[in-house]
Amino acid sequence: MKDSVKSKKAEWLVTLPSLAWLMLFFAIPALIVLAFTFHGHTANGGVGEWSLSTWRELVDPDYPTIVWKTIRISFEVTAWCILLALPCAYAIAKMPKRWQAIVAGSIMLPFWTSFVVRVFAWKTMLHPDGWLQTCYHAYLHFKYWLFAWVQGAHTPVAAGSGNDCLIGITGCAIDAAKTTILDSEVAVVLVSVYSFLPFAIMPIYTAAEKFDFSLMEAARDLGAKNFYAFRKIFIPGIWQGIVSAVLMVFIPAIGSYVIPQMLGGTDCILIGNKIFMRAMQNRNIPHASALATLMAVSVFVPMGIAMWWKKRQNARDRKRLEVRTAQLMTAGGLS
Amino acid sequence: MKRSFFSVVMLALVLAFLYVPILLVVVYGFIPNGISMSFFDSTGHFTGFSGKWYAMIFTGNMRLGALMQSFWLSLTIAGLATLISCAIGTTAALALHKWKSRLQSLHHALVYTPLIMPDILIGISLLMLFVACSVDCGFWTILIAHVTFCVSYVVMTILARLQDFDDRLIEAAYDLGAGPWYTFFHVQLPILLPGIVAGGLLAFTLSIDDVVITSFVNGAGTNTFPTYVSSMTKHSRNLPAVFALSTLMLLFTCALVGLSKLIARGQQQKAKGKQ
Repeated sequence: MKDSVKSKKAEWLVTLPSLAWLMLFFAIPALIVLAFTFHGHTANGGVGEWSLSTWRELVDPDYPTIVWKTIRISFEVTAWCILLALPCAYAIAKMPKRWQAIVAGSIMLPFWTSFVVRVFAWKTMLHPDGWLQTCYHAYLHFKYWLFAWVQGAHTPVAAGSGNDCLIGITGCAIDAAKTTILDSEVAVVLVSVYSFLPFAIMPIYTAAEKFDFSLMEAARDLGAKNFYAFRKIFIPGIWQGIVSAVLMVFIPAIGSYVIPQMLGGTDCILIGNKIFMRAMQNRNIPHASALATLMAVSVFVPMGIAMWWKKRQNARDRKRLEVRTAQLMTAGGLS
Repeated sequence: MKRSFFSVVMLALVLAFLYVPILLVVVYGFIPNGISMSFFDSTGHFTGFSGKWYAMIFTGNMRLGALMQSFWLSLTIAGLATLISCAIGTTAALALHKWKSRLQSLHHALVYTPLIMPDILIGISLLMLFVACSVDCGFWTILIAHVTFCVSYVVMTILARLQDFDDRLIEAAYDLGAGPWYTFFHVQLPILLPGIVAGGLLAFTLSIDDVVITSFVNGAGTNTFPTYVSSMTKHSRNLPAVFALSTLMLLFTCALVGLSKLIARGQQQKAKGKQ
């Protein structure tokens, strides 16, 4: 009896530092945010009386559009990341063991430079006078030229139609000249994919590493085409890795703030930017809190679904995968 | 084994996509003109590479004063945050590993949730706490914020290490008459040390890289390296210096990783020799 009391005391003693720290600086602040959403705001930037006015105001201005845009862009980024990560993970997993470690390490290596500096490098690359912008213009010109050509081929020749077509092309060319990648949604999606791609490759690779490739051989022997075997055997076999990858990309994409801030201009303002604006510039703390609550909901809903889904899967398998991913992603160089 | 040509090409393209910006970070550090950010002058002539930004960094030129100050602040905060979060994280991992009670499931939830929260939510909630307590933001609030988001990563890394830990070693130590403190410092800690170091390295890189949370809690005038860089505009005169400094950091971390690999290999060979 005395022993168990002593053990309980020891448990509390060892638990206390982290428990207290996280209670004080994580749990309580989260509750404060939730509480602030049920307050109005005052003209001088303070927090007003208890009321539901903040939630009522949330429906009215441009917030729903921003929330929707954030979710749409996050889906786009996630889709691109998974699409690119699947063949990469497959290629790495098929390499000899020695090469696997080197390539997997070199995928994480860019993360040894500062994130902000990498975004800044993109900003410099995407500058309107830069070479990427020139490529993008050439692509747009080609696209408009193709459109005009296809249209011209399909409409019957009438008086002056050639002229119209020409005007169409010139008009589009002027449009194209005005379209910069920087300060647009394209830049945000591009650089988000760039930043989050390694976090999609790693979990898929750790799942693919354990995948039994002889199953695919078997499928091929039975007459399956390469892509069919990839789709029907490989993808179901590494499904858990894909779910982890989706979460590892989708969650930071929802919370994205730096990338749209530096590259999105006025075209691409997401929830993160709006939260920062409301909290730091307009000093409307209840609104910022409400937006943060909305963001938390849009993170926890997919997370909850994934958790529920994963619970149905083999628990031990999951643990092994997560530990392996964590080791790969965290230890980096240390072995 | 059949290898898919398509997937290998995709991998090569993705690696190029990941490395082009890094390469440019290195190249941009040698741009002579910080305003035009170009290797060509207005007449289109190539101006050549310039090492003047490196010279400025090493001689402590006044022009880079604010940049270097933010850089040293980042290092200080990352170092302190690493120490504190390693200390807290080790105790937390030990508690989570040793006991399986209701308290520990609450504890686990509390440690796990920050991992899945977007940074910006941690940032705003800490800001709200500081607003509610009317604390002035500055060095200490940044440090508190960094420890808060680093702890969870440290705990997870150490827990992964603890899974391979043989608990009978502790019992053996007790049987041999060692007290709990002695056992901790002489048996458990040395075995856990690689895990703690890995967690600490992760905490350090996360802390030195963080911009979102810091920009909520830094208050006026206190800038870490990332927040200072993100506040620079495209036409700031000192932009190449940022790239030069990042190149130096990259070289430093690569050297560090290489060194640790060499040491690990040396130890392995020594162990083999003993066998």
